[in-house]
Amino acid sequence: MSWQNLVFYVLGAVGLIIFLSLTVMVLTWIERKFLARIQQRMGPMRVGPHGLLQPIADVIKLISKEDILPSWADKPIYWIAPLAIFVPAIAIWVTIPFSETLVLQNLDLGLFYIAAISVLSVLGLVMAGWGSANKYSMLGGLRAVGQLISYEIPFIMAILGVAMLSQSLSLIDIINDQSKIANIIVQPIGFLIFLAAGLAELGRTPFDIHHAESEVVGGPFVEYSGAHWAIIQLAEYVNTFAIAALIAVMFLGGWSWPSMPFSGIPHHLLSVIWFLIKIYAVILLIFWIRGTYPRLRIDQLMSFGWKVLVPVSFINIVFTGFVRFYNLHWSILTVLSLITIGSIFYLIYKTPQQSRGENSIRIVPSKEAASRPPENYGDVNVR
Amino acid sequence: MPPGYDVNWIVVIILPIMGALLIGALFVVSKFIAPKRFSKVKDEPYECGIPPEPFRWSQIRIRYYIFAILFIIFDIEAVFLFPWAIIYLKSGSMIFYEMLIFIGILFFGIIYSWRKGVLQWK
Repeated sequence: MSWQNLVFYVLGAVGLIIFLSLTVMVLTWIERKFLARIQQRMGPMRVGPHGLLQPIADVIKLISKEDILPSWADKPIYWIAPLAIFVPAIAIWVTIPFSETLVLQNLDLGLFYIAAISVLSVLGLVMAGWGSANKYSMLGGLRAVGQLISYEIPFIMAILGVAMLSQSLSLIDIINDQSKIANIIVQPIGFLIFLAAGLAELGRTPFDIHHAESEVVGGPFVEYSGAHWAIIQLAEYVNTFAIAALIAVMFLGGWSWPSMPFSGIPHHLLSVIWFLIKIYAVILLIFWIRGTYPRLRIDQLMSFGWKVLVPVSFINIVFTGFVRFYNLHWSILTVLSLITIGSIFYLIYKTPQQSRGENSIRIVPSKEAASRPPENYGDVNVR
Repeated sequence: MPPGYDVNWIVVIILPIMGALLIGALFVVSKFIAPKRFSKVKDEPYECGIPPEPFRWSQIRIRYYIFAILFIIFDIEAVFLFPWAIIYLKSGSMIFYEMLIFIGILFFGIIYSWRKGVLQWK
């Protein structure tokens, strides 16, 4: 390897990190605006037109705030934990391509590498939880581990299904393989599994139990402030962007589906734009889910992961294997997937509430309250 | 070693190092800008306002340790499945069906632990 290569890689790495930081600033603004619109608020409006400069103000504020070190904390672990969260988040981006040439390094083992690296950030969460010497942090870190061990298997299995379809682990090969038909149409079940497992991996609603504000007041990040907290937040948004990009690569066909009628430089520009549009569509979906769904309890989350997602991901792999091995038409796989999804929803719907979780709490109205006639509040009847 | 092997993977090391360096620079900047005032009450662990308990790390019962054992089994199995997923089309029906039997055994394992009540918080 020559030194030109090395300089190229270092410059590329710096450029990628700067691009990701700017993207994160945009994402925080989009998330606040989008959630505000869902809840019929305005969102940030004061700094700049429509609050556009709000992220910059946030960054300046966070850097100039005091980094508090709790007196009981395990000092080295407490300070290193944000780095341990951030480095895996950034390391995923080595191999995620923006167009056929705009990629830092296309790895032959791309998907395997991503599956291996993306797990590591949970180590940082546990370190943050332990280092803070705070009961909420400790609980949050352990919850993050519980979440990981339930959702890592479906996550890997969904990736495996895509690898079986396109017979490659390199992300560019996978995108080029989808130029005729995107994987979301061939394998809708894999998409749903990957979306659920990805949300759990990110710790986003409805799987945000490790930093649930109303239960463990922020989980592993309770004690952090200032620049260290900013880095944790940065890593979280970089991860969100990475999962959205992975969904766009693996299931939405990246830049190659539907194919564009250009060649040369216009083709490259358009493919980057097309890819970014798909990523942002997935990100809006993730924010929409955050604005809509309530949080699961940890035992519900683990039983959903092990009793629904793991068996379904096995079924997905077996179906994909048969259809590919006997060279059947792809629509057969679509039909099989849809039948599976339908029957799973039916089974969940039919399972009585009592047997889903032993620890469910039910609020039973007292006899006196039940016999009272319902009070009338406009169009809502309240008992 | 295949050609280009070192080039392929050196960037996997470069990017995290650059990330760590930039973040370290941010920490240094913040250290010079940010104020630092010590206060006994402020540096106490946060517990929603009540005085913290006099011990540091509380003991927490990890209820999901059996899940963790299951997780290790399935994670190792994923390592076996990845090479198979890339080559099974080229290598004949023998290898395809062998792996299906393997997946079937794992599936049986899930059903068994489900029936045994492992996948239930107690």
